[in-house]
Amino acid sequence: MSVIDIRGLTKTFGRTTALDQLDLSVAPGEVRGFLGPNGAGKSTTIRVLLGLLRADSGSVRLFGGDPWADAVPLHRRLAYVPGDVALWPGLTGGEIIDYLGRLRGTADRRRRDELIERFELDPHKKARTYSKGNRQKVALVAALASDAELYVLDEPTSGLDPLMEAVFTDEVRALRDQGRSVLLSSHILSEVEKLCDTVTIIRAGRVVEAGTLADLRHLTRTRVTAVVTGDPTAVLAQDGVHDPRTEDTAEGTRVTVDVDDAAMGAVLPALTGAGVVTLAATPPSLEDLFMRHYGDDLAALESEAAR
Amino acid sequence: MSGALAGTGQLVRFILSRDRVRMSVWAASMTAFIAYFSVALSTVFDAPALAARAQVMRTPAGIVMGGPGYGVDHYTPMVAVANEGTLWMVGALSLMAILHMVRHSRAEEESGRAELVRAGAIGRLAPAAAALTTLALHLAVITALCALATFAAADERSLPDALALAGGSALVALVFGAVALVAGQLAATGRGTLGLSLAALGLAIAVRAAGDMIRLEGSALSWFSPIAWAQQMRAYVDLRWWPILLAPALGLVLVLAADALAARRDLGQGLLAARPGPARAPQGLRGPLALAWRQQRGVLAWCAVGMGLMWFATGTLMSMLEDMAADLVAGNAALGALFGTDPTGMSSAFLGVMMLFVALCAAVYGIVAAQGGPRGEESAGTLELTLAGPVGRGRWLGAQLVLALGGSLGLLALSIAALWLGTVAVGLEEPSLADHLGVLATQAPATLVFGALAAALYGWAPRWAGLSWLLVAATFVTGMFGVLLDLPEWALGISPFHWVAAPYTEDPAAGGALAMAAVVVVLLVLALLGFRRRAVVTGS
Repeated sequence: MSVIDIRGLTKTFGRTTALDQLDLSVAPGEVRGFLGPNGAGKSTTIRVLLGLLRADSGSVRLFGGDPWADAVPLHRRLAYVPGDVALWPGLTGGEIIDYLGRLRGTADRRRRDELIERFELDPHKKARTYSKGNRQKVALVAALASDAELYVLDEPTSGLDPLMEAVFTDEVRALRDQGRSVLLSSHILSEVEKLCDTVTIIRAGRVVEAGTLADLRHLTRTRVTAVVTGDPTAVLAQDGVHDPRTEDTAEGTRVTVDVDDAAMGAVLPALTGAGVVTLAATPPSLEDLFMRHYGDDLAALESEAAR
Repeated sequence: MSGALAGTGQLVRFILSRDRVRMSVWAASMTAFIAYFSVALSTVFDAPALAARAQVMRTPAGIVMGGPGYGVDHYTPMVAVANEGTLWMVGALSLMAILHMVRHSRAEEESGRAELVRAGAIGRLAPAAAALTTLALHLAVITALCALATFAAADERSLPDALALAGGSALVALVFGAVALVAGQLAATGRGTLGLSLAALGLAIAVRAAGDMIRLEGSALSWFSPIAWAQQMRAYVDLRWWPILLAPALGLVLVLAADALAARRDLGQGLLAARPGPARAPQGLRGPLALAWRQQRGVLAWCAVGMGLMWFATGTLMSMLEDMAADLVAGNAALGALFGTDPTGMSSAFLGVMMLFVALCAAVYGIVAAQGGPRGEESAGTLELTLAGPVGRGRWLGAQLVLALGGSLGLLALSIAALWLGTVAVGLEEPSLADHLGVLATQAPATLVFGALAAALYGWAPRWAGLSWLLVAATFVTGMFGVLLDLPEWALGISPFHWVAAPYTEDPAAGGALAMAAVVVVLLVLALLGFRRRAVVTGS
C-alpha cells in the first residue's frame, strides 16, 4: 500500500486553478522529490495532503486513509516541516521542540539533544529573535526527533547555510537507510538529485514529469563535445542530434551536439569516421531536465522583455 | 542631524496618506464629542441643576471623574465643560497619540517593514521624527477644529478659552506621544511598548486625581502629572497660559532621551532585552490548552489587575455618591431618566449603570481572546504547525474558547467582587453579597454572548469576525442612551443585557439568563462546526 497516493487532484481558489489533475505517490521506503518553481502548487498539494485544505476533486489517500476526515490518527504517523516556519514568539526554541514532540508523543529526548547540537541551534533563545534559518532548524529538529513513518518536508533547506544543508542531507540519508518514506519538496535540484530515488516535477499545478531519476535521465539528451580532423557533416546529419554547433580550432573542428540517448549508438561511429581527436560526453543533470520543462517559460519571458 | 533625519519628509507624506481615514475619524469624533458636551451642558442643565452638579464636583467622586474644581462657586455650562471635559479630552487624545506612535515606530520594526524602509535613503531618526511630526500636525488640526466647535456651540463665546481648552489637551497628548517613543526604546515588542505607555498614562491619571483630592484646585502632587497642566490653565474661569509651557519642555526632554536610548539599541531589539528562556519545556506544557494558557495568562493577569483596581475604586466612591446624587436627580429630569427617580434606590441604580461598563469590559476581553488569538495563530502559520500534528480542529479551537470565555467569566466575577469589596471598605451594607451574586448569575450568560458570537464568526468566516465589535457598540449605545433617546423595542433587544434582569434594580430571574446561556451554547456549537468544515488559511 502506498504511503501517499494522490490521483487527479484538482483545487481551485476562486477563478485560479492551483492544482489541475495532479498525481503523486510515495511508496513505503521511498524518497520522493517534489520539484517545481515558486507558485507551482507544491505547498498547496502538501496542505491538501495534511487535511488543512479540502480537495475539490480527485482522490487523496494518506496511509490509505482520508486526510480530511481522519487527520488526527494519520498525523500521528508523520512529521512535517512547513515551507515558511512560523513559531510562537514568546516561547524558546527548546520549548517549542518539546511541545511539538509531546503533541506527537514519540519524541526521543537523546535524539532531540543530539539534533540540536548537530544543527548548532541555541534552544534558550525566544522564537521572536530567531532568523529564518534558525526557525527552520527548530522545525527540522522537532520533525527529525520524532519517530515517524513519513516525513513531509516543504523546502526545508531554503534558509540554511551550506554546512547545515550538509547536516540535513546526512539526516535524510539516515532516514532513507532506515526505510522511512520522505516527500521532499524543493526547487534546489542538486539537493533532490543527492537524496531522492524518484521525482515528480510540476508546473502550474500539473505534473510535467514523474519517475525515477534513472528514467528521467533516459528521456534526456547527453551533451557530446568532440574535436574532429575530418568533415563533421555526417555527424550533424544523424537523426536524434540537436542544436549542432561547430567551431574551428587549431587541432580541427570542435563539434558540440545534444544527442538523444537512443541515437548515441549511431553518433559514435560517425564521430570515429570523422577522425575524432578528443571526446567528452556529459550526462544530463536535473538542471537540464528542469530547464527543458521551464525553458519555454523563460523563452516566453525573454521574448516579452525584448519586445 | 540632517543625515539622521534624511527622508523624513517622504515618510511624513507616506504616513499621512496611509492614515488619512483613521486620522479623519479621530478628528471628527473629538470635535463631535466636545461640541456635543458643550451643547448638552447648556441645554439639559438649568441653573439649579448646575449648582447641584458643582456640589458633586467637590466630592472625591467628582474630582476623580472630572477635574480640580476651578469655578465650582459659579458653575456655568462652559466652566463645567472645562472642569469635567478636559480629563476626557486629554485621555482620548493621549490614547490616540500613543497608538499612533506605537503603530509607526515599534510595530513597524516588529513586522519587518521598518527594515525595508531603513534600507532606503532614510536616516536613523527619520521614522520616529516622521511619526512625531504627523502626530503634531494631527493634533494641531484637532485643536483648531475643537476650538472652533466649542466657540460656536457655547453661549459664553471666548476664543482664547476655547483655544486653551483644546490646545492644552493636545499638547499634553503630545507629551504622551513622546512617552511612547521612549517606551519604544525600552520594550522589546510593540505590545510591550503599548503596555508601558498606557501604564504611564494610567499613572498620570491616578497622580492627578490623588493630588486634587488632597486639596481642591490642586496640591503640589497634582503638578507631577502632565494632565494637571492642561486643567490648571483654568479655561473659562481665570485663564492663564504658563502651566502648559511645562508640556513642550517635558516633551523635548523625552524626545532627547529617546534619541539617546535609540543610539544604544539595534533595530528590532529593546533595551529591556528578551531574556533567554529555558532550553526545555516545563512538564505542564503539553497540549493546546496548556499552550493557549501560556499565551493568554500575561494579558489576563494585567486585565485582572486593571479591572480589579478600577472597580474597587468605583465601589469606594459609592458612599459619597449616595448622599450627593439624590439631590441632583430630584432637580433634573434627564438624569432621572438615566438613574431612576427614587432617591433611596440611587446607589443601586448607579451600580446598575456601572454594571454595563463592568460587563462590557469583560465582554471585550472575550471577543479579543475568542477571535484575535485564533486568527493570529492562523494567519501567522503556527496553527498549520499544530494541526499537522495529531491535534483535531475541535480540540484546538475548544482550548482557545475555553480560555477566552473562561477568562471573560473570571474577569466579570472578579470585577463584581472588587465592586463589592469597595462598597464594604467604605462601610456600605447594601447591596449585599447575595445581590451581587444574583447579578453575576444573570449578567454572566449575557456577557459570554459576545465572545461566543466572535467565535462563531471566526469559525465560519474569519474575515468577518470584526463584526462582533458592532454588537459592543450597539449594546453600549442602547444601554446608555436607549431610554433617553426613546429607542424602539427591537433596537433595545439587540443588547444581550436587555433580555436578562436589570442588575441591582430587578430581582434576578432565571428565564432570561437561561435563554442567553442557550444562545451561548448554540453559538459555540456553530463555531466548532464551522471551523471543522472550512479551509485553514495561512498568511492572510
